[in-house]
Amino acid sequence: MSVLPQETTVSANSSTAAAETRAAKLMKRRSRIRFYEIIVWIAAIAAYFLLPSKMLILTEIAILALFAVSLDLVLGFAGIVSLGHTAFFGLGAYVAGLMAQHYFAEPVTGLIVAGVASGVLGLLTSFLILRGSDLTRLMTTLGIGLMMAEVANQMAWLTGGADGLSGFSPGPILGMFEFDLFGKVGYLYCVGVLFIGTMIMRRIAFSPFGLSLKAIKGNSMRSAMVAVPARKRIVTAYTVAAVFAGMAGALLTQTTAFVSPDVLAFHRSADVLLVLVIGGTGYLYGGIFGAILFTLVKDWLSVITPQYWMFYIGMLLVILVLIGRDRLSRWVEYLPERLSKKEDR
Amino acid sequence: MDEGQVHNKKVKALEPRRFPGDNAGQHHRSQQGLAEKIYMLTILFDGIAYGMLLFILACGLTVTLGLMNFINLAHGAFAMAGGYVTVVMMNRYGISFYWCLPAAFLVSALIGLVLERTLYQWLYQASHLDQVLFSIGIVFMAIAATDYFMGGQQQLINLPPELSGRMDVFGVGVGRYRLFTIVVCAALALALQLILSKTRFGSRLRAAVDDRRVAMGLGINVPLVFALTFAFGSGLAGLGGAMGAEILGLDPNFPLKFMIYFLIVVSVGGTSTVSGPFLAALLLGIADVAGKYYVPAIGPFVIYALMIVMLIVRPNGLFSRGGR
Repeated sequence: MSVLPQETTVSANSSTAAAETRAAKLMKRRSRIRFYEIIVWIAAIAAYFLLPSKMLILTEIAILALFAVSLDLVLGFAGIVSLGHTAFFGLGAYVAGLMAQHYFAEPVTGLIVAGVASGVLGLLTSFLILRGSDLTRLMTTLGIGLMMAEVANQMAWLTGGADGLSGFSPGPILGMFEFDLFGKVGYLYCVGVLFIGTMIMRRIAFSPFGLSLKAIKGNSMRSAMVAVPARKRIVTAYTVAAVFAGMAGALLTQTTAFVSPDVLAFHRSADVLLVLVIGGTGYLYGGIFGAILFTLVKDWLSVITPQYWMFYIGMLLVILVLIGRDRLSRWVEYLPERLSKKEDR
Repeated sequence: MDEGQVHNKKVKALEPRRFPGDNAGQHHRSQQGLAEKIYMLTILFDGIAYGMLLFILACGLTVTLGLMNFINLAHGAFAMAGGYVTVVMMNRYGISFYWCLPAAFLVSALIGLVLERTLYQWLYQASHLDQVLFSIGIVFMAIAATDYFMGGQQQLINLPPELSGRMDVFGVGVGRYRLFTIVVCAALALALQLILSKTRFGSRLRAAVDDRRVAMGLGINVPLVFALTFAFGSGLAGLGGAMGAEILGLDPNFPLKFMIYFLIVVSVGGTSTVSGPFLAALLLGIADVAGKYYVPAIGPFVIYALMIVMLIVRPNGLFSRGGR
């Protein structure tokens, strides 16, 4: 940077240009593919070959991870604490189930329709979360989640009520790959959707748009002063998150060929919050790391105490918060940030 | 009114619309209207009892939120503790219902005090997300522990005979227990209002709610005020849980089931007064009961509709003084 102060306009222009390059550089550095990301995806593929008997739990992890990553977009970037994210998950699950039962058994179509349906719900409800304080938002999101559960319960003719929705079988993916008994195809399908979903959300989150979301999270009034339209941004982020949460729900339906009313239960919203707390918020991959740890812990606990694992999940939450969750999730910062140092030039 | 007229009226009752100008028909209609009004009064009465209970359950939460800006979603767990204290005392040890109520208050207040001093106080400066996660953790632990010790079934209590059944007041069927609930809760609400507005402790509390830092600067021991208020609020919740065991039901999922009600009461009513949450709780109680009586098919949705309408009309609460 060798800008000499010869003339004011020139220096102003060139310093703007310099600032622009610096900003572009910063954005590039922020969005660079990190070392651990490559590891995650390699591990996901390797698990397919190394752990053929664990396909079901791996599938569960992939679904929960997509769900958690979508929540991170809302929580970690836009800073909205949601107690009802499962409304979108559940809607996606039911829509995918109904699609397979009545219209079209091809899973990818069902996935997209479920995503669109959840996105519409997300768009409609996002206008409600714009209002009021944190407390009102908690009430609204919790209320929407409970309301969806109640709708599913009341419309028993459509959703099967408390018995859930069953008796359908998803067809082969894209008409080519049939779901097998061991869940191998299902796992690859879920990991594929998780990969695409994470990449799309990553693109959104590490763009200037994502940065503006973080600004809104920091202080929405000040971000409005630097011309960030907070309301529009929150509506967009919430809708996108709803789309992917709905897709996660659809994946659950398609891999298990069953929808239980449990997909809309409150504990799912709390679980996914816990997942993000374990993995850390604000960098998307926290959802994936958290999902792995959470599913393993829950699996282990439900073997030890099949009925009372909720107690230990609660205890985990209390302890995590008391220790300080940022302290726990800071470990990611110690990982090497880039593959080689030369890239910076 | 002789026999013939009565008979005539019965016939008209079957086809009231055929003779619109007919006197007997009008008489009948007004009587039907009266029955409807009485029915409505009964529902109103039940709704008021329900709302009063909600107020007693939630008013501790309004103080927690107003004073320390702490979102305590586990408030329902204290209410549940009070309810189970009553169940155990009455069903296992056969202690009178009237002794169970103060015991429920004391036990819940004690639990609240202990938890506030050991756990809650570390999180006053934490972010709302942390507070939410922490209190959900407490809720989960309370649910699982209750399930472990007491079982997952709905708990029933046998009310003393003078409180059970209905009595007739000017033709309106009044549940004795609901009347008792209304009287006790109204007395409590009044006492709360008096404590807050007339006593030294009340003015300290109000000062601390309005501006914590200035209150501390004036020498008010805010942590002590808060610990006592937290314990008192938890105790009231426990009392509410004990009294509500009959009306609201009691099972391990109680804290989750009523979380949304508490949140609505607090965010609609605001945290700066006693009357705000009181009116909000009454409104919610009446709307919920009336919804379940009149439109059973969509009854469960009435509170959500209320919530959404409130958000659109008054996003900062019904009784807020300007946006904050």
